Order: sequence, then structure tokens, then C-alpha cells
Amino acid sequence: MNKLQVVLAGNPNCGKSSLFNALTGLKQKTSNVPGTTVEIRKGVFPLEDGREVHITDLPGSYSFHPGSDDEKVAADYLSNSSTDDLVIFIADASQLKRNLLFFSQIADAGRFMILAVNMIDVAETRGIETDITRLENELGIPVVAINARIGTGVEAIRKKIGENLFKVHYKFLQHSPGNKEDETVDRFTAIQVLMDKVQRRKPPLRILTVKIDGIVLHRYWGILIFLLVMFLVFQSVFFLAKWPMDLIEMLFSGLSQWAGSALPPNFLTGLIIGGLIPGLSGVLVFLPQIAILFFFITLLEDSGYMARITYLMDWPMRKFGLSGKSVLPLMSGAACAIPAILSARSIENKKEKLLTILVTPLMSCSARLPVYTILAALVVPDNASWGFFNLKGLLLMGMYLLGFVTSLLAALVISFFIKQRSKSTFVIELPVYRTPHLANLWHVCFNKSKSFVTGAGKIILIVSVVLWFLASHGYGNKWDKLNNTVVTDTAQHNAEILKASFAGEIGKFIEPAIEPLGFNWKIGIALVTSFAAREVFVGTMATIYGLENKDDYRSIKDKMASDTNPITGKPVYSVAVAFSLMIFYAFAMQCISTLAVVYKETGSIKLPLLQLTFMTALAWLSSWLVYVVLS
Amino acid sequence: MRLSDLKKGQRGRIRSLDESVSKLRLLEMGCLPGEIVEMQNYAPMRDPLVIIVNGMIIAIRKENAEEIEIELL
Repeated sequence: MNKLQVVLAGNPNCGKSSLFNALTGLKQKTSNVPGTTVEIRKGVFPLEDGREVHITDLPGSYSFHPGSDDEKVAADYLSNSSTDDLVIFIADASQLKRNLLFFSQIADAGRFMILAVNMIDVAETRGIETDITRLENELGIPVVAINARIGTGVEAIRKKIGENLFKVHYKFLQHSPGNKEDETVDRFTAIQVLMDKVQRRKPPLRILTVKIDGIVLHRYWGILIFLLVMFLVFQSVFFLAKWPMDLIEMLFSGLSQWAGSALPPNFLTGLIIGGLIPGLSGVLVFLPQIAILFFFITLLEDSGYMARITYLMDWPMRKFGLSGKSVLPLMSGAACAIPAILSARSIENKKEKLLTILVTPLMSCSARLPVYTILAALVVPDNASWGFFNLKGLLLMGMYLLGFVTSLLAALVISFFIKQRSKSTFVIELPVYRTPHLANLWHVCFNKSKSFVTGAGKIILIVSVVLWFLASHGYGNKWDKLNNTVVTDTAQHNAEILKASFAGEIGKFIEPAIEPLGFNWKIGIALVTSFAAREVFVGTMATIYGLENKDDYRSIKDKMASDTNPITGKPVYSVAVAFSLMIFYAFAMQCISTLAVVYKETGSIKLPLLQLTFMTALAWLSSWLVYVVLS
Repeated sequence: MRLSDLKKGQRGRIRSLDESVSKLRLLEMGCLPGEIVEMQNYAPMRDPLVIIVNGMIIAIRKENAEEIEIELL
């Protein structure tokens, strides 16, 4: 046998991910548990004797009896894994008693185990002394003292994995009482007996965390600090992302020019330059923002502050039917709704979880930014300012605020329709403050960015090809006649052809429904294509305007700006239309991936459909109102 | 006396927990009968509360703290 299967289990905040990173280094990937969207990290590393270790990092859990969906994944994975697999259990030395509850449940299931006691050195400074040798003798399995953060003890664990495997011979429960509550109490009684043998505690000191919390969780200062942190995070996202964004934009315009001169002028080149490159660059340009926002979110989680935000915001969020735990999904929703909806798993109360999932897509995700940016550029001059503030920046900030406020209000409205008055449970650990772990931050950023790029890339590729086909093909006499006449005014003629194509037909078909919002059939085409994903809007516009004027190499923005209504002679993208369109994109549920995730997470087809309906209705009504007021 | 009745800085010993959906989670988090709890902090609206049990800092909604019977120390 040259392959070893290892499962990493432990409570939340015990240092599990640090150990996982230390063991696997860069060779890791996140994968989905079959049948769910829950991410589990897997990694591979070699032993000295050449054998390969396949290691799985389970979501942190307090016990085998799951309270949230996260914990259910851990429990299910353990129950379904082979009993030959080794379970490495990580326990925080300062919280050994509580950590040993989950440990005892796995041990009693008769599994091969290694116990890693983390942060013994830190515990000792707090007057908690642990006798590792005694613990090893009592349990009958290898017990290793580690400090996962700085990497001590990791080699020892690697060595133990390669040696003989042992089962725990300490019996925590001889026979299990009927209900889970009694079982928990009985287990803790047995654990206390063990604890008295292996750990000595001096009376607890005022630890640093408690002192910091005195300020950070202060009734007034706490809220102020929270608002300041949020402000700084979002400011830095825009500030730090600017430079890499300019770079990406430059690379793509270079690529576009190169493709234009190097490739033969045929229909494939047209597709690449007209649809694919602008579409991809429209999305990739926002990658730095996504990566940086996730960097900060992970930083807040790792440092222990995110749990404090959950606590501080719980009361206000509850007024809208949500929970303090909804803050993390909503924040992540400012980058992308998909991981955001997945992070709602940690919410135990069903109603609060459901509401969070339903309203998270209203947060302004990064995919909306390319749309906002191009529309804002059409109506707001580049250097326009209001006092000290750049007007375009203010407008974008306003769109974010609008998304946040709308999601809260939507939650409030929907909460009246969800009847579920079971008592809620909100008991969370506020972990000790820690210096965040750089490797972990890097992994999270990298993985989230990668899945965003591959996901968005695939959709844009498919939609571009389909759209290009639909826009350059048609049927019927009119189409044939248009394509067989010799013309003098090419631009005018091309516009006629586009209008007669399949895509044009689709646009004209939905035109009556969107005319009250100020949209024409060209925008109609973009609305249909960007139903797959919002970011497709820019690529669609590029394709449409590229087909109309084949020799026009101006930017999409300039082409759109010079588009005029043939009847009135006024610009198509007036202030009223631009704002109406922005509002439409802010509220409409134009993301198939999000609908798919909602379906997977809730297991109901009705909910994503409901979400689609109410968001589309909201988008239509608000756009109409904006258009009527502004024009 | 209920855990939610403790004032900031006061300590109590857990006597019992009400039968409810939250009981298991509270036990798992170490809120066991006999343990000593200390009221650490309140959120701005006096809900949720921050308590310390067994060296662990826990944020708990008032409605859950009301399910824990304690004696004042």
C-alpha cells in the first residue's frame, strides 16, 4: 500500500487550516463534496519512505451532532469515510476540554487517530500546563504538541503518520444514553476525569483578547470601529486595485491590436476581436477587486474580528429578519454572490439562512461593475467632481449602498411571508485575536480568483460564440435581400442586417416589454445574453456595435456614446436611459450560476424561481420609475 | 436567576438548562451545569451578550441566555 488517506478534524478556530497548510504547502485544491456545493480542501504530500498521503480538511465542528450545514458535512464525511483512514484531530490546548467532546465521539467510533495539541506554548503563558506523555498513555494513541502557526511539531506529525496506526483505548462512554443532550453531559463528565489527570490550570489571567474587546466591543466605540473598518476595507479595495486594473486593461488592448494585425481578416477574427477579447477584459479587469476584497474578508476572519462583527451587528440585522451571521455573506456578496451564498451555511436558524440566501444577490457584485463603469462613463464626465469627491466614484459608491439598503429592505418584506417561529440559537465563539496567517490568506485569494476566472471565462466564451452566430445569421426574404444588395452606405446597411438577424429578432421581440424603461432592441439583446451573467453585457455591446461598423476601432464606450435614435436624432444613451439601465442591472437576477447555487443550497426549485421573479419585477419597476422621473 | 440577569462583571454558577432546541449547542459550547460563567459585555442594545465560560469567550443572544438558570456567586 503506497497511498494513505488522512482526515483532518477539529473544532472551529483550533488552527486546523494552519496545520493543513503546513502539511501540504502549495499542493492543495478545494473540491466539492458530491451532491453538495460545500467546499472541502484536499491536499497531497509525500512521506520520507515515498508513500503519498492524501489529506482532507473538514469544516470545523463542535460535535458529531451537526447544528449547521457546515457541521453536517464534517459529520457525514467522517461517517462515510473508510474506517481504515487515519483521523488527525487538532485540539487547542487552552480549550482542551471542549475540544475533546468531538474527539471522544470520533474515538468511540473506533477510528485510527492521532491527537495534535495546538498552541501548548501559548496556553502555558496563560497558566495552563498539559502533560502530553500522560495524555498519550491514557488515550493509547500518538499525541503531538504542535504550534501550527510557526510550524513546530509538523515534522513529528508527518513521522507519526508513517508509523503504526492506533485506536483510542480510553473509553469515554460505555453505553450511549438515548438523547444527545444527556450524551453530551456524560461525555463531558468522562472528559473531566481525563482532564484532571493531564492538565493543570492556574486561575485565569486577564488575557489580552479581553482587554482588546473592552474597546472593540464597547457599546459606542465598537460600532464606530466597525464602521471605520468597513470604510477602510472598501476604500482599499478600490485604491489598491487601481494599478493592477490599469495593467490588465493595457494588456488586453495590446492583445486586441496584435490580434487585429496578426490574424487573417475572417469571421473567426471578428469573433475574437469583437466579442471575446472585450468580453474577457471587461471581467478580468475586476479580478483585482475581487481578490483584494476576499483578502480583507479572510483577514478579518483569521484575525478573529469577523466573529466580533457578527456579534455587534446581530441586533440590527435581526430587525430585518437576518442574523449577525448574515454580515459575512452580504460582505462577500459585494464581490460575488456564489461564495457568499455558500457562506450562509453557517447560519443555524432556517429562516435567517433562507432570507440571507434570498437577498444576497441584491448586493452589488463585481460582475455589475463593468456595466456600471461603462454606463457611468457615458453620462458623467471623467473629471467631474462634487466638492472633494470624484463624481464617478460617488456614483459607484451610491450603487453599492443602494444594493446593501435594498437587500435589507427586501429581507424585511420577505420575512413577513416566511412563517417559521422556531426559537433561534445564536451562540458563537469569539476566538482569541491572532495574527493572520499569510499562506492561508494567499490560498483563499488564489482559489476564489481562480474559480471566478474559470467560471466567468466559460460563460463569456459560450455566450460570445452563440451571440456572434445569432447576430450574423438570419432567415426569410428580407435577410436574403439585404445580404444580396450592393450598397454604398455600409454602416447603415450593416445596421439593417443586424436588425434582421436572429439576434435582432430576439431584441425586437422583447422590445415592447422594455420600451417603457427607455431601452431599445439593441439593449434588449444585451439583456437577453447577460441573463447568463451580467458581465456579458460589455462583450455583447462590443459585438453588436462591432458588427455595425466593421472598420470602426473606437472603444465601445465611444461607439455607444455616438449612437443616436434614428427618429429623434438624440443620443440613445441619455442620462435617463443610462440610470434606468444601471438600476436594472443592480436589481435584476441576471446570473444563472447564482440561481443554480440557490437551488443546490436550498434543495428547492421554487426558491430560485421566486428569487428570479421578485428581483426581475423589482428591477423593472425601479428602472421604469427612474426613467420616467429623469426624462 | 437567569444568565441574562447577570450584570457586567458578575459571575454565576450554571444550575440547569431549559429543554429547548438550543440546549445541545449550549452544552457543546461548554455551558454545563456546575460551570462558572462571567458576564463580560453587552452589545449596544443589551443583546447579544458576551460571556466567559471555561476560558472561552462566547457571544450569546439574550433569548438563549434566558434559557440558562444560574446562581449568583
